[in-house]
Amino acid sequence: MPTVRSLPEWPGWVAGLFLAVFLTLPMAAVLWHAGGGSAPQPADWAALRFTVLQALISAGVSVALAIPVARALSRRQFRGRALLLGLMGAPFILPVIVAILGLIAVFGRAGWLNQILATLSLPQLQIYGLHGVVLAHVFFNLPLATRMILQGWQAVPAERFRLAASLGMGRSMVFRIIEWPMLRGVAPGAFAVIFAICLSSFAVALVLGGGPRATTLELAIYQAFRFDFDLGRAAMLAGIQLALVALATALALRFGGVVHGLAGGQGRPPLRPEAAQPLLRLWDGALIGLVAAFLLAPLIAVVLRGAPALLALPWPVWKAALVSLSVALAATGLCMGLACALAITALRRTGLELLAIGGLALSPLVVGTGVFLLVNPWANPTALALPVTVVVNAVMALPFALRLILPRLRQIEASQGRLADSLGLQGVARLRWLLWPQLKPALGFAAGLAAALSMGDLGVIALFSDPQHATLPLQVLRLIGAYRTEAAAGAGLLLLMCSFGLFWLFDRGGRHAAA
Amino acid sequence: MKHLALATGLFAASTAMAADRPILTVYTYDSFVSDWGPGPAVEAAFEQTCGCDLQFVGAGDGAALLARLRLEAGRSPADVVLGLDTNLMAAATETGLFAPHGLQPDLSLPIAWDDAVFLPFDWGYFAFVKNADLPAPSNFRDLAESDLKIIIQDPRSSTPGLGLVMWVKAAYGDQAGEIWQALADNIVSVTPGWSEAYGLFLEGEADMVLSYTTSPAYHLIAESDASKAAAAFDEGHYMQVEVAAKLAGSDQPELADQFMRFMLTDAFQSIIPTTNWMYPAKTPSTGLPAGFETLITPAKSLLLSPQQAGALRDAAISEWRNALAR
Repeated sequence: MPTVRSLPEWPGWVAGLFLAVFLTLPMAAVLWHAGGGSAPQPADWAALRFTVLQALISAGVSVALAIPVARALSRRQFRGRALLLGLMGAPFILPVIVAILGLIAVFGRAGWLNQILATLSLPQLQIYGLHGVVLAHVFFNLPLATRMILQGWQAVPAERFRLAASLGMGRSMVFRIIEWPMLRGVAPGAFAVIFAICLSSFAVALVLGGGPRATTLELAIYQAFRFDFDLGRAAMLAGIQLALVALATALALRFGGVVHGLAGGQGRPPLRPEAAQPLLRLWDGALIGLVAAFLLAPLIAVVLRGAPALLALPWPVWKAALVSLSVALAATGLCMGLACALAITALRRTGLELLAIGGLALSPLVVGTGVFLLVNPWANPTALALPVTVVVNAVMALPFALRLILPRLRQIEASQGRLADSLGLQGVARLRWLLWPQLKPALGFAAGLAAALSMGDLGVIALFSDPQHATLPLQVLRLIGAYRTEAAAGAGLLLLMCSFGLFWLFDRGGRHAAA
Repeated sequence: MKHLALATGLFAASTAMAADRPILTVYTYDSFVSDWGPGPAVEAAFEQTCGCDLQFVGAGDGAALLARLRLEAGRSPADVVLGLDTNLMAAATETGLFAPHGLQPDLSLPIAWDDAVFLPFDWGYFAFVKNADLPAPSNFRDLAESDLKIIIQDPRSSTPGLGLVMWVKAAYGDQAGEIWQALADNIVSVTPGWSEAYGLFLEGEADMVLSYTTSPAYHLIAESDASKAAAAFDEGHYMQVEVAAKLAGSDQPELADQFMRFMLTDAFQSIIPTTNWMYPAKTPSTGLPAGFETLITPAKSLLLSPQQAGALRDAAISEWRNALAR
């Protein structure tokens, strides 16, 4: 293991403590208010089974597809590659209802795909069911998995592939010796993150699952809270959700292992010697094309639906966009601060990483209720609405940021840490000269993701609904609720543009600085 | 990360203005206070006469409103809560947080109303909305036998969804389970809320969607589009009655009373039809807006009493879930 005594560990401990308190205290407050937990009902166990099943399949399919796609992208340079990589982040950051309508426009009963099939006299596709849930989750998460795994590929020094070629290794040998160890380091983490995301899926699972069979844990929490006002049961279910995510992450970290001992390279893009083979070119091209079509078609649908209304959007929508942008930027700053502090300390204390993943398992309903109970006796919760939103968004984006930063940091420290140690690079100098230049792409991507996620996240923001400071996702929902479907489509497009704009700026900034 | 709006609005805000006018705090659901809801116009109209500062606090939906009041347990800053419905009334009464309104209003509801605590401000009929040219079934049995595809809402997370389960229960009693089993193959999707369902319907995902008899009025009046209609069912239509109540712990009881009286005046009631797209609880002297006369009028109005609804709810939802989960 690297010896990074050269960087202070205390900020990571502070961040970790903050995180631990934030993950457990609201839930404890709810339990305390309820006077203890109450047992889940039989229907809750059925919901748990379905939740885990769909999350396992969704995460498995996403990662399994992401591996060949990331490999194809890693060995290809083509015009628009940067744009495609950027656009691939978009599905993930769409607000749920906008994304569902985009998916339906392509894959629904009256969608483009079925219209094409009908003109070809082929049987119609039916999207509603477990396969629909998986399709939607893959749509959301394949890009994320691809980017995480692509990072792994790009971190393999190009010299290794050249060396392998000069030693006459075949493709399977290259896979076994170079790529498999890298994947073992990266893929389980991606799997755990996506599993956790899908675990707390609610609207997507229900709408595309087509009925009450597709009841997830989050819906059970909602029901316990809303109907029975059974806060004890709601908190217990939220606790089960948190435990499942912790278990999945612990397993992933245990079996994933850590990428270390990589010899240093010169950081060039890996131009792989075998990439020139025509068959392989065809295969990679087809794969990238198919995935691009799958991911971009629903986005195009969102753009087409929203464009006519975009310029005529009423003032409250623009105002909400400004509120959302400020919240997103503040949350990004906080998230990146926490992520960097945690990443440095987590180099030696892997348990911290487990803690950060907990953010994915937060049930907005339980956290919101808990924070309300904690704040209410002391202060007007109203006055703290926006700050709390910022913190919740930052904590929820933290797992992604850490997943992106930490593996890269490990590689840098593993390959060049000892050299830097021997040169006496410590503290700020080490950050400036060793880490910053190489970490920039990961930092940019992580910041872009955090900004876009908190821009588009409705779950948390809706908890804090406020007539004066409505956020953009909330306005989209309000417009639909007021039958204003066209304006809602326009506002959805504006949201997509803001989210994507933020993501693009940060991500591009990081990658540009790296090149 | 992809959560739906678990819109409890616990942290909903009201701007605390340091004016010397007394402040009346009204908790209501989010869509009421939105820029496209009745809230802004109601606030302006009431403030013209009350010499007060009316502050709406938007908190999710009706169920979230009640949850928030329960969390605040008697120490709520709210003076009036506006936006519960008959399904929540039994639970709301149990909390003992509300005070009688003391009014004997002359309401335009199709049913008798004599609750001493909860006062209706608008109401509507649940109905399946379709394209006007689609030949519609005339009851649930016809619908179940047809090939028509419908989208409904989940009774566990949505008011119309619960309304539908109560509708089938009120119309069919012990046979409700059979009706749901027969309907299972007509249901394309069950959404968590009204917005997703209506959005999917407009995208062409189903022939009919569960909404209100007044929904076509929006398309007609706001969009000059007469292409939507509600299907009239001969077993009757279940009603939603939205109510308000005064909190017993209010520090502005007179102002709260004044608001409750204002709620049934023309100034308030005439705002409702074209912002909340529901029927006003007391038809204004100017009548309903042009276009409302085109809507269907159910022959029979169904509504379970709050006590019946409270007692039947869990069993009715289990029946629904068991029938659809097969």
